[in-house]
Amino acid sequence: MQAFTLTQPSNIQSAVAAASEPQTKYIAGGTDLLQLAKDDIETPRQLVDLEPLPMSGIHAGPNGLRLEALARMSDVAAHPAVVHGWPVLSQALLASASPQIRNMATVGGNLLQRTRCGYFRDTGFACNKRVPGSGCPAINGENRMHAILGVSDHCIATNPGDMAVAMMVLDAELELIGRNGTRKVAIGDFHRLPADTPHIETILRPGELITGIAIPASAAARRSGYLKVRDRASFEFAVVSAAVALDMDGGTIRSARVAAGGVGTKPWRLPEVEAALTGKPARAATLQEAAGRAGEGAKTTAMNAFKLVLLRRAVLRALQTVAA
Amino acid sequence: MDELITRREVMVVAAGGMALSQAPAHGADRASDASEKQTSDVPVSLRVNGRALTLHVDQRTSLLDALREYAGLTGTKKGCDRGACGACTVHLDGRRVISCLTLASRCQGKDITTIEGLANGDQLHPVQAAFIEHDGLQCGYCTPGQIMSAAALIKEGHAGSDPEIREWMSGNICRCGAYPNIIAAIRHASRGA
Repeated sequence: MQAFTLTQPSNIQSAVAAASEPQTKYIAGGTDLLQLAKDDIETPRQLVDLEPLPMSGIHAGPNGLRLEALARMSDVAAHPAVVHGWPVLSQALLASASPQIRNMATVGGNLLQRTRCGYFRDTGFACNKRVPGSGCPAINGENRMHAILGVSDHCIATNPGDMAVAMMVLDAELELIGRNGTRKVAIGDFHRLPADTPHIETILRPGELITGIAIPASAAARRSGYLKVRDRASFEFAVVSAAVALDMDGGTIRSARVAAGGVGTKPWRLPEVEAALTGKPARAATLQEAAGRAGEGAKTTAMNAFKLVLLRRAVLRALQTVAA
Repeated sequence: MDELITRREVMVVAAGGMALSQAPAHGADRASDASEKQTSDVPVSLRVNGRALTLHVDQRTSLLDALREYAGLTGTKKGCDRGACGACTVHLDGRRVISCLTLASRCQGKDITTIEGLANGDQLHPVQAAFIEHDGLQCGYCTPGQIMSAAALIKEGHAGSDPEIREWMSGNICRCGAYPNIIAAIRHASRGA
């Protein structure tokens, strides 16, 4: 691990000022950053410690939920208001990592966790995400776990998140602060497609910090759920996952929100499925037909073509569960 | 029996008689690459198993290495050192965490409980006793982490059923596969807890 200094700021402004120095990273839970630092994939010279900042509150009200960025994954998952009002979020968090890691990791940091692509995480290989322009051995290599949506000729690494997928169906909005002030960005606009710059993963500017996540309350949020399909029962990243939120009027779907994990280079919304559900009765045939549309534009490899089939089945199962 | 030298004392002597306290027993986990820029050690004051402790550690030192190499508390085990196995599980301010991905220098003023601090004097913690009774181990390397995780799980209220115990123990891997007896031990301990 490369040597670094640890800066402990007294407030957000001094944190942002420190983070605008070169080769600087914020550290919150540290569960991904320290893994990457141990393997020399991240090589910061300075870490700005967010722990001293009072930014871990969970505020739930009739109009919505606001998570401060340092809220722990375990605390958000177990919060009674989240369990009741935003079940897809609680379920996605509980399906993430392990109990110990959820006690450490923060919701802000979770949005920034980096891909589990084995080539990215091994400095013995080329990787356009780690060393821009060095190549992508995954495209013709071991790519069973890689993305089928949003891929480019430069990168097919999967975004590994669960929580962000749930947030895609909840219209979450991120609150950011940087040297030039604050701004808000929708969760769907936060992660970038790899295109020809896979090393730039989000719209965050240098030194910019996530301070909070705002999630509106809605009938669909209350009727929501998360299904995660893994290679083992627990403590594993998704092969495929599906998040569903339905606004129902009796037996009719007024509107639907559907997103998927494990398949995209970023958390992936499925508007083709949503459109096929809007205004339709929640009958078996309707759900089946809609789920069958999932993955429009998918580009598969020989090893990960199964993901398109699995995606449609996972979406169907999640729809059936939430509609029931 | 009291005069017998322990296996670990033999190993420490063999390694050159280095003192366990406040200095690393060996240098492997410190900044081993001489070409890297060295940072000076930083002081960190912790409470470990109820005892105040001030260690001088390299900024990069994990809580795991600080406990094992600086504080001489080798009960906490290093498995993967990447957060994937749970062998290094300790309680930090009452919550279970993995110490391999915790920086010691960020633990200033924190309260840490390791496997060495779980028993009440000579009286084993109910989870420790249950692991012995149910033979919840084979090689034993993952056991301190399993027990620390299990003790936390029971306090959290996640021991309601075997499937619930399995799910909430998923952060602790046992490569011997002693899972059936681990589950039995936790189930047993949770009834008395």
